[in-house]
Amino acid sequence: MSEKILLRHEDVPDLRRLEVYERDGGYQAARQALGGMEPAALVELVKASGLRGRGGAGFPTGVKWGFLPKDNPKPRYLCVNADESEPGTFKDRQIIERNPHLLIEGTLLSAYAIQSHTAYIYIRGEFAFGAKVLEEALAEAYAKGHLGRRIYGTDYDLDIYVHRGAGAYICGEETGLIESLEGKRAYPRIKPPFPATHGLFASPTIVNNVETLACVPAIVSRGADWFKGIGPEKSPGPKLYCVSGHVNKPGVYELPMGTSLREIVYTHAGGIRDGKALKAVIPGGSSVPVFTAGEIDVAMDFESVAKAGSLLGSCGIIVMDEDTCMVRALQVIARFYRHESCGQCTPCREGTGWLEDLLMRLEHGGARPQDVDLLRRVADNMIGNTVCVLADAAAMPVQSFLSKFRPEFERHVETGGCPARGDRLHPAAAAAQA
Amino acid sequence: MPTLEIDGQRITVEDGVNLIEAAERLGIEIPHYCYHPGLTVAGNCRMCLVEIEKMPKLQIACNTRATEGMVIRTQSDRVKEVRAAVLEFLLINHPIDCPICDQAGECKLQDYYMDYDRQESRFALEDKVHKEKALDIGPLIMLDQERCILCTRCVRFLDEVTKTSELGVFERGNHCAIDLFPGRRLDNHYSGNVADICPVGALTNKDFRFRARVWYLERTPSVCATCATGCNIDIHHRRGEMYRFRPRHNPDVNQYWMCDEGRLSYQRYQGEGRLLQPVSREGDRWAVRGWDDARVEVVERIRAAIAAHGPNAVAAVISAQATNEEVFLADRLFRGHLQARVAALSWSPADALHDDFLIDADKNPNSAGLRLLASDAGLDAVIAAARSGAIRVLALLRSDLLGPCGESLLDALADSVEFVVALDTHFSRTAEIADVLLPIGSFAETDGTFINRSRRVQRVREAIPPPGQARPGWQVLSELRRDLGGPAVPADASAVFTELAASHASFRHLSYARLGDAGLALEGAPSR
Repeated sequence: MSEKILLRHEDVPDLRRLEVYERDGGYQAARQALGGMEPAALVELVKASGLRGRGGAGFPTGVKWGFLPKDNPKPRYLCVNADESEPGTFKDRQIIERNPHLLIEGTLLSAYAIQSHTAYIYIRGEFAFGAKVLEEALAEAYAKGHLGRRIYGTDYDLDIYVHRGAGAYICGEETGLIESLEGKRAYPRIKPPFPATHGLFASPTIVNNVETLACVPAIVSRGADWFKGIGPEKSPGPKLYCVSGHVNKPGVYELPMGTSLREIVYTHAGGIRDGKALKAVIPGGSSVPVFTAGEIDVAMDFESVAKAGSLLGSCGIIVMDEDTCMVRALQVIARFYRHESCGQCTPCREGTGWLEDLLMRLEHGGARPQDVDLLRRVADNMIGNTVCVLADAAAMPVQSFLSKFRPEFERHVETGGCPARGDRLHPAAAAAQA
Repeated sequence: MPTLEIDGQRITVEDGVNLIEAAERLGIEIPHYCYHPGLTVAGNCRMCLVEIEKMPKLQIACNTRATEGMVIRTQSDRVKEVRAAVLEFLLINHPIDCPICDQAGECKLQDYYMDYDRQESRFALEDKVHKEKALDIGPLIMLDQERCILCTRCVRFLDEVTKTSELGVFERGNHCAIDLFPGRRLDNHYSGNVADICPVGALTNKDFRFRARVWYLERTPSVCATCATGCNIDIHHRRGEMYRFRPRHNPDVNQYWMCDEGRLSYQRYQGEGRLLQPVSREGDRWAVRGWDDARVEVVERIRAAIAAHGPNAVAAVISAQATNEEVFLADRLFRGHLQARVAALSWSPADALHDDFLIDADKNPNSAGLRLLASDAGLDAVIAAARSGAIRVLALLRSDLLGPCGESLLDALADSVEFVVALDTHFSRTAEIADVLLPIGSFAETDGTFINRSRRVQRVREAIPPPGQARPGWQVLSELRRDLGGPAVPADASAVFTELAASHASFRHLSYARLGDAGLALEGAPSR
């Protein structure tokens, strides 16, 4: 796919400035929709396009909008999830910092579609620059009448606010985000009720990811068929793939949904650095099951990756070469989830810490032979038993790393530390072997 | 009204009932920590996960409403496995404080461990996360963060019931801890409730901690006597000593809660100043008297006064601190039998603490009963008559006159009234004007009834015997009535109530048995 939709700023310098964005055709879709389309027709258009949420879950966007109750007199809210924080994922930041008007136009169109007059862009606290860019872009958009009262002379009003989080992974969870927006600790809510009926301020609310909304202007201007023509039928559209780790050209790549993982790693990201062999790839951000080098011939779309035993998630592709210690890699992942667990549910609060403690001992010495099985049991006991899926996100990598690289974990027990780091055989283990 | 099946038993419940409550009605306990029926559902402890047919994942029973046709399994292998796992998670960072923790005997962590877990720890002790212990967070409450299982009942209570929000959850993951918000203290008027609802030993009551193991304590259902609300309580006692009051659920009165003033009020009945035997004034000192001896003197002084000056020479002040049985007997005796004057006393300080929840400005437990059962000649009129010398004998039933009269008037009464007899629990400034003091039991030491501000008749019970030679008030009054020519002494307070109910129309449908533990509203009383 040569034409860029979401990364158009790479071809058009200064696209983040409104005059450049407008000159490049920006806000034409918004004018077109507000000028002549009924909101319901816009919802149907997005449904017809097959656009699926780019935050990780892949739920059909138009269908989600359709869950809003028709007879609820309360105001409707649109929350833009710009709290991108899955390790390995840095795609939304590209749009926020380099092409903010694309997000604003997508937000305007989506808010119009669901008849919301207030939208919040919830941006993670660490994205200080992104927040500043968005604030400037919003000011430009208000000044030119793209936002505010009677937009384009219609009777439609919209206000968009940038809300900076304080920097917690859980604020990117749909309901944790809503709690945080309401000024509370970002504990995810138990469902039901769902945000579509009882969301922000107990009102009907839609939460959409940045990349998802950034797709909407192109769908409006080019049509649902055009969008459906990109990638596989069930997961259509352009997609941002984040590639990090041991590759020659890490970065964000806009490619059609369904592009092969091997192609992304070896063609677009330039292959494994220093000519080394590939050991493993996490395809969808740190929370999803890992692929071995032999499993990367998979199309990167929701169905294909799931069929191959992992999840597309946020498309944060983390590449690990042959020198990577999988115990160390997993320990780093576990440390992240321990640090970010909100602490609300028992299995997650206590389990994430326990996982990291076990992995610390495996990696740095002192692990007991039974710790490998214990690691697996702790992860098994966490999955599916909590309010949100952070526990699953912490446990799934453990399960998959153990399934695919178990001998490495056992070798750590025997060695009494990490062989890759040059740790020597534990004296007790050495004596036993002798 | 959905009908569902829980562990093979069918039950029909009202709409909106959750699975914990539905199961409870069948006698099935679904274990839980964070769920409390008086608070919103948090769903965080994950202890109440159950299997629901046709649902792939286990569901939390606290947040799942019973629906038609549901089939629930609470004892399947899968459920038991998850319960053991949740307990294992809860216990990995829990301190091994059981031998010194004051929640021993009331700890759900202990109970459920025995029920569902009982496995050796697979956790390496060196990995334990340590937190703050024995934090003094308020006048009543101590916090031990290590023992806390983050169920957030306390946080929700302070957010939802008192709306004072002193506590919050801080940090993340297994470093999470309950703590005060900066600059705050847990010092609202209901702070003691957080210790009641804490399922483990994280929040304990300073007043009770380290004083008793709960399995040694007996519980007697009763009613708080600190104000007109009449919160339902359990009196926890052992060998004649009260150890604490705890709120008892009554949806029509106090829900699950009580105020701190009421909670600590047991202390006043056990402190110094209790009257332990009848005494009479001899010069500037009190002389101990036998009961018969003291009663005979009171009876003779009353008889003599009436004989010499007529019934108007005798007056009684009956306070709203007295039970209905005491009020009834005193009114029957003085106004009915002797035709003397009776004044009703229901006094509270003008600045009495009150709110729009449980704490009433009327600091008497039985103002409504007093109004119904005692004739009232007016306290001012009776005091004026006493000051004028027209009253020769003044009887005071649980009546502290210091508040309504003041010191100087009390002294004046001592000069103008020939003989003052007081039936009370304590020596007091009022007792100083008495000639004879007859010791009677507090509300926790006698059977009886109060009528609360919503005209609900509720029972108090003799949780512990009156101390020393003190006797239940109804008994002393019955004996005086008998000695003054009235009927025989009833066998117990229930017999007094039967007599009372027969003579007052609004009580006619009531008996101790019918009142039960929750009480009943008088006919025509508004429901709360």
